[in-house]
Amino acid sequence: MKPKTAPETALWWLGLAIASYCLLPWYWIDLSNGLNVTGWPVGASGSALARGIAGSKPWLLTLLLPLGLAALALMRRGQREHRGALLALAGALGLALLLAQGFLIGLKGWNAAWAASLFGGNPTQDGLGFGGFLTLFCFLLLLCEGLAMRGFCRGDAFIVSAIGVIVTTIIIFVFFPVTRVLSQAVWGPEGWIFGTFITKITDRSIWGLDCLTSTLNCGVAWNTVFLGIFVGVMCTLLGLAFALIATRTRFPFKRALTLFSVLPIITPPFVIGLALILIFGRSGVVSNLLYEWFSIPRSRWIYGFTGISIAQILAFTPISFMMLIGVVQGIAPSLEEASQTLRASRWTTFRTITFPLLRPGLANAFLVGFIESLADFGNPLVLGGNFEVLSTKIFFAVVGSAVDESRAAILAMVLLGFTLLAFWAQQAWIGKKVYTTVVGKGDAGLPSPLPRPIAWLCGLVTIPWVIFSLALYALILVGGFVKALGRDYTPTLQHLTTAFKINLDGGPIFTGSAWDSLFATLEVALLSAPLTAAIGLMTAYLLSRQSFAGKRSFEFGTMLSFAIPGTVIGVSYILAFNVPPFELTGTGLILVICFMFRNMPVGVRAGLATLSQIDKSLDEASLTLGAGSATTLRRVILPLLRPAILASLVYSFVRAMTSVSAVIFLVSAKYNMATTYIVGRVEAGEFGIAIAYSAMLIVFMLAVILFIQLAVGERRLGRRALSTPMPTS
Amino acid sequence: MAKVKAPVEFRNVSKRYGAVTAVDDVSFRIPAGTLVTLLGPSGCGKTTTLRLIAGLEMASAGRIFIGDEDVTALSAAERDVSMVFQSYALFPHMSVLENVAYGPSVQGLKKADAEAMAAEKIRLVGLSGLEKRAPSELSGGQQQRVAVARALVLEPKVLLFDEPLSNLDAKLRRRVRDDIRQLQTDLALTVAYVTHDQEEALAVSDEIIVMSNAKIAQIGSPHALYEEPSNLFVADFIGDANIIDATLMACDGRLGTIQLGEMLLTLPHRGAQPGTIKIAARPDALTLSKDGEGLPGTVTKSSYLGKVREYTVKTALGDLFITAPGRSDAFPPQSHVVVRFTNSGIVVLPH
Repeated sequence: MKPKTAPETALWWLGLAIASYCLLPWYWIDLSNGLNVTGWPVGASGSALARGIAGSKPWLLTLLLPLGLAALALMRRGQREHRGALLALAGALGLALLLAQGFLIGLKGWNAAWAASLFGGNPTQDGLGFGGFLTLFCFLLLLCEGLAMRGFCRGDAFIVSAIGVIVTTIIIFVFFPVTRVLSQAVWGPEGWIFGTFITKITDRSIWGLDCLTSTLNCGVAWNTVFLGIFVGVMCTLLGLAFALIATRTRFPFKRALTLFSVLPIITPPFVIGLALILIFGRSGVVSNLLYEWFSIPRSRWIYGFTGISIAQILAFTPISFMMLIGVVQGIAPSLEEASQTLRASRWTTFRTITFPLLRPGLANAFLVGFIESLADFGNPLVLGGNFEVLSTKIFFAVVGSAVDESRAAILAMVLLGFTLLAFWAQQAWIGKKVYTTVVGKGDAGLPSPLPRPIAWLCGLVTIPWVIFSLALYALILVGGFVKALGRDYTPTLQHLTTAFKINLDGGPIFTGSAWDSLFATLEVALLSAPLTAAIGLMTAYLLSRQSFAGKRSFEFGTMLSFAIPGTVIGVSYILAFNVPPFELTGTGLILVICFMFRNMPVGVRAGLATLSQIDKSLDEASLTLGAGSATTLRRVILPLLRPAILASLVYSFVRAMTSVSAVIFLVSAKYNMATTYIVGRVEAGEFGIAIAYSAMLIVFMLAVILFIQLAVGERRLGRRALSTPMPTS
Repeated sequence: MAKVKAPVEFRNVSKRYGAVTAVDDVSFRIPAGTLVTLLGPSGCGKTTTLRLIAGLEMASAGRIFIGDEDVTALSAAERDVSMVFQSYALFPHMSVLENVAYGPSVQGLKKADAEAMAAEKIRLVGLSGLEKRAPSELSGGQQQRVAVARALVLEPKVLLFDEPLSNLDAKLRRRVRDDIRQLQTDLALTVAYVTHDQEEALAVSDEIIVMSNAKIAQIGSPHALYEEPSNLFVADFIGDANIIDATLMACDGRLGTIQLGEMLLTLPHRGAQPGTIKIAARPDALTLSKDGEGLPGTVTKSSYLGKVREYTVKTALGDLFITAPGRSDAFPPQSHVVVRFTNSGIVVLPH
């Protein structure tokens, strides 16, 4: 049995396209009240063919042309290349027609004046539904099959299709929304609005520098940048101190430090801020004690720059620690030993060898801290006070009392500009300069211990910090189980029962107020995790194993969504997917899609790292044995990728559970997420419930991670070498 | 094996990567049932040529035929070709049996049938009893045989070897080399074999294709390549050779009169034009003696290797590399000697 040649699978796609064009509901129908098919095949749930013929949507009939062309290409005899060209043309034409109709004809008529004057009439249509999306998908695959028949990617239709699908979805769900934001800023209902754009983007409220000369606040852009720089520097220094202690001293609790590095992953981003309020807020634990013992008046000092920066440093130091521990371990000990044999003292060695080798890694860690701070939304939201940063300002421009979408778009542009600049600097300049001195050869040297003053300094900085972090987490775990933290320490389960009450009379009924959001979150997270892992690992496979034109830009595109702050994604999704042809806001689907494309880069990285350890000739051996690339992927690559699959599954699941910045724009009454529910409770002052819920989330996710780590750990015990065996006899 | 073996043919095949040409307008034919070696230094394009046969690389120009079929546009999975990889490329998550049964099972055969076919080939390579082992639990030589069994299981029209011995130690190499040759002649397989080791190539091949700088330098039987190299590259690459400048004085039929310093030699001129030419002399074609007629010289280096003695002798024609039997009398460095040219092992290089 030979692998299916292009025409055979192409026939399937053509059949599916025709079926969905003729039979399935073309437009989006609301399924929340059950499937309503009155009037099918015409009516609201009618198919494209029926509604085209019935006269209400005549433009849908134009799609018969590409369908016919595709059929011609597949039925006709002739040279493979020529038929491929015709098929690709049919697919491209179908895509173009479908998208052009979708963007030109909106809910209320023509979207463009020139189209209205050209075609006349006032046609209207809804967003694409099941039939529309499926037909779009089939046209895309027909295009890919055609290109494969033309010899793209060694004529491998599976690979061309995978590239086509990933590129198209990235264009639709990353580039299209982002350009929508940018166009919103310069393009109003009456055409270009450059004047307003220039005024708005140079506004004093964004770029003012009053804080340097007076007591007024600086512009929101400067606030954000100052905060980012401060947090970046502090995180880097603290992370370095931790990394040095963990690798270069005989510090007894090194293992515990690894746990410390897991914490930020499972902690919803605003929880640290919340805990800080409960300690240092006006009725916080410490504030109360200070007042009662020393009569220090309660104040709001924690709200603003101080509070946000403390919260962010607490939250992001572990990330910087994880990056820097790799850098510190990566310095070959023999370099330091070489220096010492040249009669340099420990201190001189540290100053002239170790530290210079660390420098690019430090710059890298700084940039990551900077980007994280810029993108953070939860902590500024709960701790901001009068201190505004871009991410919260964008949020209030969309949901606040004065809704101003173009202002939101402009702020989003500024924020995006900053992060992309930092991201670019990290990728282009520093990323390549990191001195990884780990080579294939074993290095028998021993890392030299730290000079004593530095060891002491590191200890002095890190130990109080660890204690402080531990106190915060202890507080989070305890805080949900006392009446009111700071005032009334009577133990109670009241908050927990309010949130998670289960009525057992007559079968379990989940009456607690948090259940809905928890179930919705689980549903979305469980759905998005496998999809995220799949698209991420597929991308990694394409990047590491296939060569095709435009691979570099493909890679950049897949990493881009990682650099875009969540708030910007949120705003852009609202702007882009609120109107046809992709009308998705208010559905659970938009949340799933949002998570997929935000968390996909992690899957890509994990996949690339593992794939680089798998010998390419394994794929080739499978290919020469007659397996197509799809079979090879399934039977050879996937089994060997298992650790990467698990890692990206866990990571995308946890991120979906804990993220807040993008989803806060996208949640709806039906799909409220756990994090947005908690933020809502914080804003309503119900700290007890908020903290009890957060604690539950943290414990739940810690359990998930530990469970997965155990599962992965057991797999390693099996006698199966991951990399190819070294063939020495 | 039931299937008819097929020849492989390249017609003006080129492979370019951007500005780099890895294979440049190459044409050759591997007759059915023969073992043909692609030999050359690293980077000469021999592995790329092999991968072009397998379909792991696609030709930029030219056509490739297996049997009567034009396979130029077919992917690796669609070609009836198997390959034994340099690293063996055994699937680490499968047992020996699963590895060998992989080919038939992806062709859609039932598991039992696939495993029966696999077991037969495992027996053929002499590994019966090790079916359940993981590849990492085998020695290098055993892994190599699993790789061969896996490549044979589909009874391909063409079998490809990419430097199959490079990961084995020297002793094992000779045995495995003989095993491969034995298997190939027993089953009358069409085999393309890549190596950079000229001795290995001479030992196993029916025919050798010597490649240099993406082009074919010479095609011929091992004997023809060694005794009648058609150019300087082949003469130098296969076996050692002293390349000496000479003058072709006159041609008479097949033979020519060649002036070499003070000496005159009569050798086949092989189509060279009168004038300055180069001749290649094998180290064992030159003999040393204390005195008598010949080219005088001084020994500058002398080493004893057991089977032979190696000398470097400084003469008017340049430094000459000469071997003598190990049991002959030794000439210490600085001793004056006379070099004589024997009748065999010396050829005119036509180009």
